Amino acid sequence: MAAISREEVAHLARLSRLAVTEEELDTFAGQLDVILQSVAQVGEVTAADIPPTSHSVPLTNVLRDDVVVPGLTPQEALSGAPDVAEQRFRVPRILDEDVAS
Amino acid sequence: MTDLTRMTATDLAGLVASGETSAVEVTRAHLDRIAAVDDRVHAFLHVDTEGALAAARAVDERRAAGEQLGPLAGVPVAVKDVLTTKGVPTTVGSKILEGWRPPYDATIVQRLQAAGTVMLGKTNMDEFAMGSSTEYSAYGPTHNPWDTDRIPGGSGGGSAAALAAYEAPLAIGSDTGGSIRQPGAVTGTVGAKPTYGGTSRYGLVAFSSSLDTPGPCARTVLDAALLHQVIGGHDPRDSTSIPQPVPDVVAAAKLGATGDLTGVKLGIVREFTGEGAEPGVMAAFRESVDTLAKLGAEIVEVSCPHFRYALPAYYLIAPSECSSNLARFDGVRFGLRVGDDGNRSLEEVMSLTREAGFGAEVKRRIMVGTYALSSGYYDAYYGQAQKVRTLITRDFTTAFEQVDALISPTTPFVAFPIGARTADPYQMYLADLFTIPTNLYGGPGISVPCGLSEGLPVGLQVMAPTMADDRMYRVAAALESVVGTFTPPAL
Repeated sequence: MAAISREEVAHLARLSRLAVTEEELDTFAGQLDVILQSVAQVGEVTAADIPPTSHSVPLTNVLRDDVVVPGLTPQEALSGAPDVAEQRFRVPRILDEDVAS
Repeated sequence: MTDLTRMTATDLAGLVASGETSAVEVTRAHLDRIAAVDDRVHAFLHVDTEGALAAARAVDERRAAGEQLGPLAGVPVAVKDVLTTKGVPTTVGSKILEGWRPPYDATIVQRLQAAGTVMLGKTNMDEFAMGSSTEYSAYGPTHNPWDTDRIPGGSGGGSAAALAAYEAPLAIGSDTGGSIRQPGAVTGTVGAKPTYGGTSRYGLVAFSSSLDTPGPCARTVLDAALLHQVIGGHDPRDSTSIPQPVPDVVAAAKLGATGDLTGVKLGIVREFTGEGAEPGVMAAFRESVDTLAKLGAEIVEVSCPHFRYALPAYYLIAPSECSSNLARFDGVRFGLRVGDDGNRSLEEVMSLTREAGFGAEVKRRIMVGTYALSSGYYDAYYGQAQKVRTLITRDFTTAFEQVDALISPTTPFVAFPIGARTADPYQMYLADLFTIPTNLYGGPGISVPCGLSEGLPVGLQVMAPTMADDRMYRVAAALESVVGTFTPPAL
């Protein structure tokens, strides 16, 4: 049985903000199925009482003194932006047409 | 005249320090070599000729002024395109960052500059360091100098190939699941993954933040140790950086080079010596084990029963972290923006940008991660993988109660032909079978050339406890003192 359907892959692509093509959906559905069936092997391990590890370094709440240090200038921070306006990142429309108008 | 490109970093630094040659001459020799061979190797995505010569001139001037220079001053280094370099293109092997010139240097790049090394340029890699062959670079594959029809490993195939092709004596890589060690193994070079947190991730374009570890690549163990010493150590700008000094890896490499391993207990990972590795790889590994025993090491077999689940756990944890990390590529602050016609919404532009900017493997991993983190699947996939990670860590700590370091082949197979594993993504993942456990545990690992199989290099991996990086250098240098270094056929 397939671990994942073409429709589920389309849903994942939407969640991932990837405007995948129909052709890609066909390819990815098969490939993701193989990958997910393989990685599902982790389920064979009995680990109900085992604590999870998110990180190998046992450091928490690493803080520094609140002192001013040099940072990027606005010009530097904006230097790689695809679109800039009034010293800000200009973004495409963020509201729906009917709300915006 | 001696060919400067064939020399070790140690020797080059010595010649520059004594004034027998200049940093400019050394740099020119490597730039000439790149110009001569890189059309066949494609190790570099960007060669910074002017920047390199300027940096070399500065070293020569400092020396002329009587300044005491560091142990690698004047030595050229190739930097994997995963580290930000101020004003120098940084693509991470992806179209989504094509043409991006970062406004700041990674900590490691700053330390390289402070040490007087000379950055030659940026090396090719699998897109966002996701891959094991450098075939997933958006800018075309790198070719293995041993056989240009074969892969140089990945993701840091560019850095490893640059070393093997004598385009650079030193290189920087990053290792999330084996991306320094596996390319080292298949190109006959040395690659070390430091303890996680032992090298700064500031300015390293994030793939899987709990695993990503930048580290040194070189042609000899001592050169790798010298580079490790220069780039390692605490960085207040990386909150996961360990606030301790770098273990004395240089002294350990020198100690190992004496060829005495008396008192060192090494464990062969039983789970990595059965099926999974090619016969030729196993033969070279077995021969090296005999060599290590002759040098005085006590060899025992140890069991790490959960290592067989490392690969599946890794291919849940790394994609999960990547799906989150790569959300920052939204077409707003840097890089590509596609489809912004004034009518489309931010979300539509974002989806079109990411569709156009990411390659297939990156998309697959983002979707696998999104799946593994989604409600309903989280416990069975990501949550379970994190528990397996704990068990793998326990396997390591139990093993290190019995032995000083663990050894295994670095990779299951030698360099495969370009195109052989791209059709089935999971077949590509198997290249990392032996390197991944170390990343999940967070300890250090090194690959050192140990022999040839059918004329292609085989690597031996040494794995050590966290913050005991010096141990792996000692063992690797001892093996190198017997087997020597490996030279590919002329390009």
